[in-house]
Amino acid sequence: MNREKVIFAFFIVLALTINFGFFTGDIDDPTHHNEFELFAALVVSLICTVLKFGDRTHLGALMLATSLVADLQLVIAAFLWGFAEQISGGLTPHMMASIVSLSGGAVLANVVSVVLLVVETVVVRR
Amino acid sequence: MNNIIYLVLRRLRMPLITLIVVYAVSVLGFVLIPGQDDAGDPWRMDFFHAVYFVSFMGSTIGFGEIPYPFTDGQRMWTLIMIYATVISWLYSIGSLLALLQEPGFGRMLRRRSFTSEVFAITEPFYLICGYGVTGKIVVEKLALRDIRTVVIDIHQECIDDLQMCGLPMRVPGLCADASLPDILDDAGIQRDNCIGVLALTDDDNANLSISIASKLLKPKRMVISRTESDVTTGNLLSFGTDVVIDPFVTYARYLSMAINARYKHLVYDWLINPTHRPLSSASHKIEGRWIICGFGRFGRQLYKAFRDCDVTVTIVDSDPINVNKTLHQVWGVGTEAHTLKEAGVDGAVGIVAGTNNDADNLSIIMTARELNPKLITVVRQNLDANSLIFSNSKATFVMESGEIIANQILGQIKTPLLAKFIQSMNAYNDIWAHELLNRMSRVVGNQEVDSWAFTINEDHTPALMMALNDRKTLKLNVFMKDPRERKRMLGVFPLMLYRHGEVYMLPGELDELMVGDQILLCGLTGAFSQIEWTINNYNVLYYVLTGEDRSGTLLSRWFRDKPDQ
Repeated sequence: MNREKVIFAFFIVLALTINFGFFTGDIDDPTHHNEFELFAALVVSLICTVLKFGDRTHLGALMLATSLVADLQLVIAAFLWGFAEQISGGLTPHMMASIVSLSGGAVLANVVSVVLLVVETVVVRR
Repeated sequence: MNNIIYLVLRRLRMPLITLIVVYAVSVLGFVLIPGQDDAGDPWRMDFFHAVYFVSFMGSTIGFGEIPYPFTDGQRMWTLIMIYATVISWLYSIGSLLALLQEPGFGRMLRRRSFTSEVFAITEPFYLICGYGVTGKIVVEKLALRDIRTVVIDIHQECIDDLQMCGLPMRVPGLCADASLPDILDDAGIQRDNCIGVLALTDDDNANLSISIASKLLKPKRMVISRTESDVTTGNLLSFGTDVVIDPFVTYARYLSMAINARYKHLVYDWLINPTHRPLSSASHKIEGRWIICGFGRFGRQLYKAFRDCDVTVTIVDSDPINVNKTLHQVWGVGTEAHTLKEAGVDGAVGIVAGTNNDADNLSIIMTARELNPKLITVVRQNLDANSLIFSNSKATFVMESGEIIANQILGQIKTPLLAKFIQSMNAYNDIWAHELLNRMSRVVGNQEVDSWAFTINEDHTPALMMALNDRKTLKLNVFMKDPRERKRMLGVFPLMLYRHGEVYMLPGELDELMVGDQILLCGLTGAFSQIEWTINNYNVLYYVLTGEDRSGTLLSRWFRDKPDQ
């Protein structure tokens, strides 16, 4: 068992699960979507990105790209939330729907990331 | 570039994760800890304000407690998180600085900038492996001829020396092992504009692998290699290395030529060496018996060369494995008077101090000169650092291998015709050589003799080609007339004309030129740029031929043509 691999896989899967947890529920209902969950998803996603730095293989480059996509989507979602609450005056269902759909995109990116992880494990077989 | 980014990212992985975690914990703490608004009602910071506050707290700018004054719980958390964020920043910046200061990282950066600099060279260039005495002379002389070079050497001091020596053009240099193929690749060995590879390191094996790499990648490109043993010479020649230079063989030949044909030797010396020997030095009596001290690599080659031209030789050597290899032999180092007397120094005409110890060599010639002041002394210099002592040793010949190799290489690079000329010279006698020397001496005096080759074709001499296409007759003296004042002659004269595979030595000034001719000229260094004017600019050539200034514009052509109508 390789400790580094465990930590790596743990964070990648965690990024997907937290992100999915935030995403599930009615798309425009703020009570179905916890802001702490979005915060956790963003932090874990950032850590994932840093963990993927420095891998020079082709697969490593793909993994890094998916992570960057997830980061981008989640950061925009977080900004939108802050903008809705502080500046535009209230979290309307319309705003909520935008935030959740952005996080839905991040879920897809994270799914790809996990698939790549599985592919790598299957191919290497060590 | 990729390598460097990857290295930085990999090294910064831990510091970045620390930063993210510390910031996340800090933000989360501010969101969770209950506070109060200015009316005293319970209020909890939202993510927006928490991120805002932590951002400026982390960089310790400190705008105060916003949006409302903090409760004691919030203050305690701020206190902890200030230290945590500052420490994590210090850690990240510290790691980055440590990475930048690492010697390995610096090497990587230098190699990167070297590679991109070589890649940016669009002119033809020579790749020079080994920047010792030889490499230094070659790079300098090529730079003076506006030929670009790229240098690899295994010692950083040599590369530092290259950067400091103030060449007229920029020469990229890298400190690395030139026998490794990927280093050679970075130095542009695969580039089309790399026109020659010079393997000049002091390690025969490295030279061998450089030559092989170059010949494998581009079989037609010129490779020049130095070598110090017959085995390597044979090996290098076996796969088609163009020029292999063994300093000992070269110098042995040079010396035996000095004994055999002293004027021919001087012609050779003048053409090859930048600082040539004076004409009067040929008057020494040089036939007779010679003493060679030291029967190592140099002594052996010298013995072979002397024996080929029937010179009697006495060998002085103290190494038991060299005893009784030759006819006349004396056991001893040669630094003591009794050994030299035993070798018959009184009746000898010259002595060669050829051991691999500089102090011994100097001692030998000083002792020998005391015993016989008329002796011709040849001394081998092993270390470049000793050149000051050797130049003041008053020896007739100082054999310095670095310079010998450099001169040979430059002769080859300047023009292959020069080698052909020297080869063809063998068919002539010493009187012919004496006349040639007198002529050279009249033209250049005590200055360096430079030599150039020109080929009459579209690329090299466009103006001459235009004249030939107009059915004008061109004579060899177009090269010799000064383009600024045609009645004056430049300090040059033709050495050789090479036409359809035939060599014409010392052609006359009035010989007619034909397309495809190759002409070897020698003369003063400054004359070359004047000749360039004549052969490249048709108007200048027209002036040199007719004495009229003309220009090819419509207006002047109209004026010129008018009287004819």
